Amino acid sequence: MKKDAKTLNIAGRRDAIKRTAALSAAAAAAPLGFPGIVRAQSDAIRIGHLTPRTGFLGQVGEYGFRGATLAVEELNASGGVLGRKVELIAEDSVNPATAVTKAQKLIERDKVVVLIGEVSSASAGAIAEQALKYKIPYFNTGANSDALRGQNCNRYMFHVEGCNTMYTKTIGTWQKDHNLIKGAKWYFLTADYAFGHDLYRVSSRFLQDNGGIVLANDMVPTNTADYSAYILKVRALKPDFVYLNLAGVDQTTFLKQYKEYALPFPLAGGVMDTVPFWAAGLDNLSGHWQSLWYHGLKLPAAQGFTKRFWDKFDGPPDNQAWGDYVGVKIVVQSFAETKSTDAAALITHLEKGASFDILKERQGSFRTWDHQLLQEMYVVVVKDKAHSKDKWDIFDIVRPVPGPKESLEAIQPTQAENPCKMT
Amino acid sequence: MTIVPELVLEQVVNGLLVGSFYIILSLGLSLIFSLGGVVNLAHGAFYAVGAYLAFEVEKRLGFFGAMAFSPIFVALCGIVVERLFLSRLYNKDPALGLLFTFGLAMAAEQALRMIWGTTGLPFSIPDALRGQLHAGDFIYSYYRLTILLVTAVAVTTCWLLLNRTSFGMIVRAGVRDPEMVRAMGISLRPALTAVFALGVGLAGLAGVMSAPLAGVQPAMGNEILTATFVVVVIGGLGSFWGVVLAGLLVGVVRGLTVYFYPPAAEASMYLLMVLVLLFRPRGLMGEKFERFE
Repeated sequence: MKKDAKTLNIAGRRDAIKRTAALSAAAAAAPLGFPGIVRAQSDAIRIGHLTPRTGFLGQVGEYGFRGATLAVEELNASGGVLGRKVELIAEDSVNPATAVTKAQKLIERDKVVVLIGEVSSASAGAIAEQALKYKIPYFNTGANSDALRGQNCNRYMFHVEGCNTMYTKTIGTWQKDHNLIKGAKWYFLTADYAFGHDLYRVSSRFLQDNGGIVLANDMVPTNTADYSAYILKVRALKPDFVYLNLAGVDQTTFLKQYKEYALPFPLAGGVMDTVPFWAAGLDNLSGHWQSLWYHGLKLPAAQGFTKRFWDKFDGPPDNQAWGDYVGVKIVVQSFAETKSTDAAALITHLEKGASFDILKERQGSFRTWDHQLLQEMYVVVVKDKAHSKDKWDIFDIVRPVPGPKESLEAIQPTQAENPCKMT
Repeated sequence: MTIVPELVLEQVVNGLLVGSFYIILSLGLSLIFSLGGVVNLAHGAFYAVGAYLAFEVEKRLGFFGAMAFSPIFVALCGIVVERLFLSRLYNKDPALGLLFTFGLAMAAEQALRMIWGTTGLPFSIPDALRGQLHAGDFIYSYYRLTILLVTAVAVTTCWLLLNRTSFGMIVRAGVRDPEMVRAMGISLRPALTAVFALGVGLAGLAGVMSAPLAGVQPAMGNEILTATFVVVVIGGLGSFWGVVLAGLLVGVVRGLTVYFYPPAAEASMYLLMVLVLLFRPRGLMGEKFERFE
């Protein structure tokens, strides 16, 4: 007797729901990823690349991966370093637990000499612990939290990415110049994880130190799809500024929904990643923001990088691609200058203030006591749609901060503000 | 904190708007489960496909064209999937249907990533639907009111389809007692296909409607899936009005949680589900479990 679709397994329906739960739990467990290997060779210098390629930071991490890949290709095309090729072994670090296991795998199995990347401050902290344990240098190219440079600092971690204080002070400088802080009431919307908390601490302190008032702060879970309830709260509070401490996809979602309600309160934020802003679309953007690096920068080195990236990936690089690209280049240049891949030599070399071309007006070097790359940032303003050439052309660069004659320390946290004891 | 009644009311009304969006998705999922016994873990994938197709169609036919054609195309995809794969799995171990839809969901997400890239695609509210309605002190965005309208039309159409047509009668009979339907000489096969297509078509419609609000990115299907399941479970498996009620309830509870304690906003619906399961395991309006025997 042939069973056909008309005979339905009724009793099994209840089991089906039970099985859903079990399967969903299995699915939620860390997904196994296969590493992407750029040029496999036995005597190559192996660099481990960790970044979220999925999840709410995934789109940002994807650009970081592209930047790192381009850097490695260019280096190998010009002969590698110390007579050896460079090999990039990339892994997806979607959450801190996965970041730890992948970091261990890269160090123990793939024998990488350096780790580079990451966007999430929570994951970066976890990776840093592994770096210290295994004595492998880790270059943070995407995590912003001040705590990584301060209470969670360690000798093996270096920061190419800017810290929350830098971002806050960059836009803060512009806001102070335009008298937007003293006596102003700000509403904060903060991502409820390590990075968001840290940014809120830094930005609210900056506001209050300069005479502003914290009206309210709402902690939002990451990956929130609907902000209408928060926007209604903002409308009732009537702040002078709505200050965003959100990351990744959440930035995009909020920007679009904020535009939907057309509230009159201007937006600013403690972080700006170009990729989520591209995803929001020029129609939904307004105001002044800060940027670590932007492809509209009119410097020959920056334009060269932009062009090479655009040719390879059909679109311009964002700040994350810049960070991972520059990070790889700094690491390899340091290997060349110290004539070895030894971690201790590398650390000493960088702590002595070795300087690098970071595709900006001024060269960059690492601060000795917290390993932060000293660099300028930019105040940018959303472009008028009529002048925008393509969907990536969303900003005009207003000015670099600190200015050309000012010390790069001006936007950095002081030792009192963010003490770091290196172990 | 001082509790301002108007603001609480505002959150409740907004919660109803937000909740109505969940209804379209959950209704489709519930229908597919009720008749076919399939737990459609790919429901979120069809939702995402709906949004991506809307992005493409919108470029050529505008937003309203996207709203019309994208769900139809998703429904067609649903027919293909059901005919080719799911129909072979109905009379087998239910875990197989589950595994298949799970695999389909992952494959779909990667396919979307490969075709359209990992970054979010910009998709804005159409100009015709921009703007806000000011009713006294309250503000409503026209676009969300449109979503409410679309939901109402979809719910009404589904209800009419299920309760006022002979097709609906077959579906309802098939949910109750498929053996008897077969004994009466009526084939459930076309009904199964149609219900699956309808269910995923609704998911595709939800994808189109949410694209201007939540964006179009490859992981969107995964994220919405858990919320959809939660609504179906709270409402009660197999209950039409239960899903509607649950959707609205989830929206309101979320909105109130944002007002009083935002960090718990996303968790609030799961807490609600736990409470419902503890005190009324069949869901708010679900049928008693004995009926499934």
